[in-house]
Amino acid sequence: MNQIMSADDLSRATTRIAHEIVEGNQGTDDLILLGIPTRGIPFAQRLAEALSSIGDKVIEAGSLDIGMYRDDIDTRPKTTIGPTEIPEPMDGKVVVLTDDVLFTGRTIRAALDALVDLGRPSAVQLAVVVDRGHRQLPIRADYVGKNIPTSITEHVAVRFEEIDGEEGVWMGDGDPQPVADSEGDE
Amino acid sequence: MNDLLTTENLSKETLTALLDEADEFAEVLTRPIPKVPALRGKTVATMFFEPSTRTRMSFEKAAKALSADTVSFSPGTSSLSKGESLKDTALTVHAMGVDLMVVRHKNTGAPWRLAEWLDIPIVNGGDGAHQHPTQALLDCLTIRQRFGTLEGLNIAIVGDIKHSRVARSDIFAMSTLGANVTLVGPPTLLPLDPEAWPVTVTHDLDSSLETFDVVYLLRVQTERGGGSVFPSVSEYTTRYGMTTERFRRLSDEAVVLHPGPMNRGVEIGHDVADDERSLILQQVTNGVAARMAVLFTLLGGDRDA
Repeated sequence: MNQIMSADDLSRATTRIAHEIVEGNQGTDDLILLGIPTRGIPFAQRLAEALSSIGDKVIEAGSLDIGMYRDDIDTRPKTTIGPTEIPEPMDGKVVVLTDDVLFTGRTIRAALDALVDLGRPSAVQLAVVVDRGHRQLPIRADYVGKNIPTSITEHVAVRFEEIDGEEGVWMGDGDPQPVADSEGDE
Repeated sequence: MNDLLTTENLSKETLTALLDEADEFAEVLTRPIPKVPALRGKTVATMFFEPSTRTRMSFEKAAKALSADTVSFSPGTSSLSKGESLKDTALTVHAMGVDLMVVRHKNTGAPWRLAEWLDIPIVNGGDGAHQHPTQALLDCLTIRQRFGTLEGLNIAIVGDIKHSRVARSDIFAMSTLGANVTLVGPPTLLPLDPEAWPVTVTHDLDSSLETFDVVYLLRVQTERGGGSVFPSVSEYTTRYGMTTERFRRLSDEAVVLHPGPMNRGVEIGHDVADDERSLILQQVTNGVAARMAVLFTLLGGDRDA
């Protein structure tokens, strides 16, 4: 697989997205960051750090598992259930969902369903490291680290130090690496 | 895993995965809307050939919290009273289109027979004095939430081991997860060769009371003949009951569990049952989460994928 974003590229993109989130929401007061397992969580944590250093409020990253809301539970091997931790009540707040790769959009659809059961945010926004296209649903990201046009058979893997032991974005064709589930998750 | 019949053959990894999942489902149950669509369109049948309130309600609540539909069967009001066999009853309910069956039966092995006859997952909801695996899961979940792990814990199971499917399931699950299990009871309430199990056995509760982290009290089961194997209920209480005096002698961290229904004043003291270190109601709450994990593990995902 070829590396297309280094750890530094990823860090700069994260900082830029944090500034865009502050700009788009006139501050950080009402923000709740929720990462979608697995690799949406470290991305949410990095964004939370960046946002905490920009604004005057300490932002805590939470997580939102979507395994129980998938539309393909019947057709794939058993889904593992990840953690759901909502740092504070989300009613009336702006929820920023984070994920590593935006692909078909089905993960985000499931996440929106999960959110509805948990509360009523005033708005839901989406931040992703990579948008690789091939949407199957009318869903788009508000904040994108990098747009990467891909063919349907290619693999995009976002890797984070604490999970994968290395950090950055890689791309390859059909290489069945275990980490490739980051976009397989879509 | 295609069925859940016994804890005897479950690996540490399988048990741990089920408990991890149960922890996430326990979180679901605390939400404002304690329901997820994971098993939408599935039907769970609860086939209870023997009376039960908490286990059946717990399974039904678990199924509904996963958005599955439930159908139920109880012997009193069914064609069993017209002489229909277990197999015909099971095939009939299966033919209605159910995706999983929870079975409780007074005869040991009945769930295994159903698992042979039917190609859908079978969950043992208690067979005779043999196994009750989901009870063991909720017990281990409750203990793990309290201590973080079962590894190295000293667990006493006290009372009528001989007639207890709860004990038989707990012994294997707890020891597989690393706990040291001690069976405590009079010889008449112990099986003939408990040495075949991964346990130590004692007839004297008082000699080692201080060493236990968990004391698991079994119900004195009068309906299974428990009443005829010790001289009197008060003698049982004197030697094996968790009285206030014994409770005070336990280590400060120790907790008391009971599968219910309790005989207050017999195996457990009135005030002990209501103490903060008695986790009996937490066990009931965890029962729903543990059963959700079992249903989702057996029904979530393509079994052939």
